[in-house]
Amino acid sequence: MKTILYIIQKEFLQIIRDRMMLPIIFVIPIFQLLILAHAATYEIKYVDMGIIDLDQSVESRALVQKFEASPFFRINARSFSLEKLSDEMQNSRIEQILYIPSDFGYQIEKNAPVKVQLITDAVDGAAAGVMNAYALNIIKEFNKDVLKEAQLLSLNRKIIETRPSYWYNPDLDYKTFMIPGILVLLVSIIGLFLSGLNIVKEKEIGTIEQLNVTPIKKHHFIIGKLTPFWFIAMFDLFFGLALAKFVFNIPIVGSVGLIIGVASIYLVLVLGIGLFISTLADTQQQAMFIAWFFVIIFILLSGLFTPVENMPDWAQAINIINPIAYFIDFMRMVMLKGARLVDVSYHIISISIYAILSISLATWRYKKVV
Amino acid sequence: MRIFIIKEFLQIFRDKRSLIILFGIPIVQVLLFGFALKNEIQDIPIAILDKSKDVYSQQLINKIISSDYFVLEEDLQEEKAIEEAFRKGKIKQLIIIENDFSEKLEKKNRAVVQLILDASNPNTASMINSYTSAILRDFEHEINPIPTRVPMVIPETQMRYNPELRSVFMFVPGVITIILMLVSAMMTSISIAREKELGTMEVLLVSPVKPIQIIVGKVLPYVLLSFSSAVIILIMAYTAFQMPMVGNLVLLLAESLLFIVMALALGIFISTVANSQQTAMLLSMFALLLPSILLTGFIFPIKNMPEILQYVSQLMPPKWFVIIIKNIMIKGNGIESIWKETLIILGFTVFFIGLSVKKFKTRLE
Amino acid sequence: MTNNQTNTKAVVVKDLVKKFGDFVANDHLSFAVDKGEIFGFLGANGAGKTTAIKILCGLSHPTSGDVKIAGYDIYKQRDLIKKNIGYMSQKFSLYDDLSIAENIRFYGGIYGLSRKKIKEKTEEYIEKLGLQAYTKSMVKELPLGFKQKLAFSVAIVHDPPIVFLDEPTGGVDPITRRQFWELIYKEAANGKTIFVTTHYMDEAEYCDRVSIMVDGRIEALDEPKKLKETYGAQSMEEVFIQLARG
Repeated sequence: MKTILYIIQKEFLQIIRDRMMLPIIFVIPIFQLLILAHAATYEIKYVDMGIIDLDQSVESRALVQKFEASPFFRINARSFSLEKLSDEMQNSRIEQILYIPSDFGYQIEKNAPVKVQLITDAVDGAAAGVMNAYALNIIKEFNKDVLKEAQLLSLNRKIIETRPSYWYNPDLDYKTFMIPGILVLLVSIIGLFLSGLNIVKEKEIGTIEQLNVTPIKKHHFIIGKLTPFWFIAMFDLFFGLALAKFVFNIPIVGSVGLIIGVASIYLVLVLGIGLFISTLADTQQQAMFIAWFFVIIFILLSGLFTPVENMPDWAQAINIINPIAYFIDFMRMVMLKGARLVDVSYHIISISIYAILSISLATWRYKKVV
Repeated sequence: MRIFIIKEFLQIFRDKRSLIILFGIPIVQVLLFGFALKNEIQDIPIAILDKSKDVYSQQLINKIISSDYFVLEEDLQEEKAIEEAFRKGKIKQLIIIENDFSEKLEKKNRAVVQLILDASNPNTASMINSYTSAILRDFEHEINPIPTRVPMVIPETQMRYNPELRSVFMFVPGVITIILMLVSAMMTSISIAREKELGTMEVLLVSPVKPIQIIVGKVLPYVLLSFSSAVIILIMAYTAFQMPMVGNLVLLLAESLLFIVMALALGIFISTVANSQQTAMLLSMFALLLPSILLTGFIFPIKNMPEILQYVSQLMPPKWFVIIIKNIMIKGNGIESIWKETLIILGFTVFFIGLSVKKFKTRLE
Repeated sequence: MTNNQTNTKAVVVKDLVKKFGDFVANDHLSFAVDKGEIFGFLGANGAGKTTAIKILCGLSHPTSGDVKIAGYDIYKQRDLIKKNIGYMSQKFSLYDDLSIAENIRFYGGIYGLSRKKIKEKTEEYIEKLGLQAYTKSMVKELPLGFKQKLAFSVAIVHDPPIVFLDEPTGGVDPITRRQFWELIYKEAANGKTIFVTTHYMDEAEYCDRVSIMVDGRIEALDEPKKLKETYGAQSMEEVFIQLARG
């Protein structure tokens, strides 16, 4: 038991000594959290628009006026030539073109439907969808006005009123959604890379042999090695949670105790994988590439950036063995929705099984004798 | 000189694990991005609480669940069950139809449908809301007699460059950029840091070979590797994902080469700063990879970020390269539209090479 | 001499074989080392010295053969062996980013020494090795010779009856090497068995007995004086050249 303490003491000393290590462990995660939280948003604040109004009538101006008044649109170009505005779009100076034909006012006056063209730069498909919806909404508003004015809204028209209410994130703040996930990402990466590189480093400098001739027990060695990283990652998690709560005002609806409890199991899992990787690799370079390979796959599939529900079945199936996916989902459910122990029991059981597996696998692979 | 290049190649190719990663990561990433990561929604699990169970409400429910967007996961009977259903995390939307739905529509011409959305992912929530609203509007039209002649603006939507709104168009340029960054900058910085650690760099430095030859010898294999990696991704994008190649292929390859040289210069610079492999790795990982994923506009549009981050993104070389790729591949633009971006990357290249040479010299003196 | 008083042998090796695939690194080695002896294990680079010493230290499994260290069996009593041996490799195995005291404390702690004992050892080593000027420095700042002596001291921090040294004097100058051997003599005088591999033939003269390995086999084993007589040579160098050509 005492030997474990000596190993822990030594690991901490080495971490503190390394001048590059401290910023990597403490400062960078914070920066990442601050930057990522702000950078990761799909929300579209405004659309750069170009308008072609060939009609210049009262009606067409009224439509243009509606776009001008909307905070979602910035009219950057006006022209009578579609070719010219197409060129502007080609060079990414505008994202959307509204084309009003010359008979616009005339058709409306004689109560006839009239077509306008709405051209969107769709290189970014997701953004294009949103921009298109914004514009359609404004045209819908315009139609309502016209109908009202023409007194054609039949009085006994049946109307279904929709009342949406947004639970768990009433302001539709993307940060609220991203931060629990980013927290998971950071502690996973820190834990995985520190533990993955650490033992390989002892292999490279040759101290591992010196340790292997000592009567030290395998599990003492592993516990002693992993404990410091467990504390560092745990510290990062606490710090991140505090930042989330006090800087970003993210509500933590569920129980903090539950988060900490499951996080401590999850970190054992992550450190176990790191240790396992370090038993596979001979050099730090290899260890890092192996770690990267899996981290990238796990992160992309975890639902951090794009929802898991939208993925094809095979991708969702891979997530059964994706520890990051479990923990991100767990964190979001507990932090945002206040899920209780029973609601996340599936996650907890999966993480625990995985933790036991990864630690046993690593212990089994770690050989004192070759 | 030739001997150096051959030595580097041998080292890279002997290290099978790294080689697998070198070509494995790009392929896996492209496949993941292309097939798995989608922002388009379909088959969203929802729940319904129908308090009326009458003609109109049944019609409406049928209409909703027969759409491709939604799957009925739970048919709730009482309001008490709502919270539980959400907390368990499965359903994303609950549609509540109020009491006496048909009667209210017939007599008062007005009835309420309440939507409760799980907005923990705000993006999905607003998409679900707009799809549901569209279905409700349709239903409204169906139950109302259509007036014969109305003044109405009918928008004709045209999605230019990407009519099917496929996300691959965004992801492929992004993945190419990340891979080039990873392979070029990260691999060189680590490989040089490794030689420093092992002391083999000193041996090279005292040999009669000129420093510039050492660097070229180190870097050339990586140029070729990165370049073949980029070509593989392009071929996959073109064949597996039907990504268009509107512009000039030669121009695209030339720009890729320029970007690779820039990334290598950056890698060399990092290795002159870092004192060990571990720091070189962590530096490249945190300082290069995450920002090049997030601040280049390939997942999240830069335009929507806070101003500070927009300025920071200007300092990210990958951002400019993503713009160049998109312009050439998707929009088919020539050099006249991207000369500015090209110059910026060229500027970065010169800057990093200059810094490294300066660092290198002071180390020798 | 705490263990197995009846047995006077510190190391007994019978028919030790180690194969890596088709390559035979150790080809039926058999020898014994007496307690308190300085036993030299000589051979050119690649002759199989390091492979053998790694097996004796329990770092590597033998393919076949019997090995007893301090009377304990290498297959069944590995943990007991580990308590009774010290090991120093050519890489020195010190932590560069820890100080002298911290290195001693760490290894002492792993061997289960008490805090008091660790403190005593630390003071003793600093005094004995003349490291007073470096108490505050990290190990990486030590001159190579000091590092080497410190590595040796750390390897025997738990007072093992048997010490294995794998090419301990690689890369240091002749004067430092001589000082290092003085250290080895002192420990041998205290009753420790020293098992040392080297490819410096002048060092062979310092040993009580030497074995010379060529291509995985032991070609000769005796006192240096007798070996020189047998092969009619002036120095161990000549003995070795004759055998290697053999």
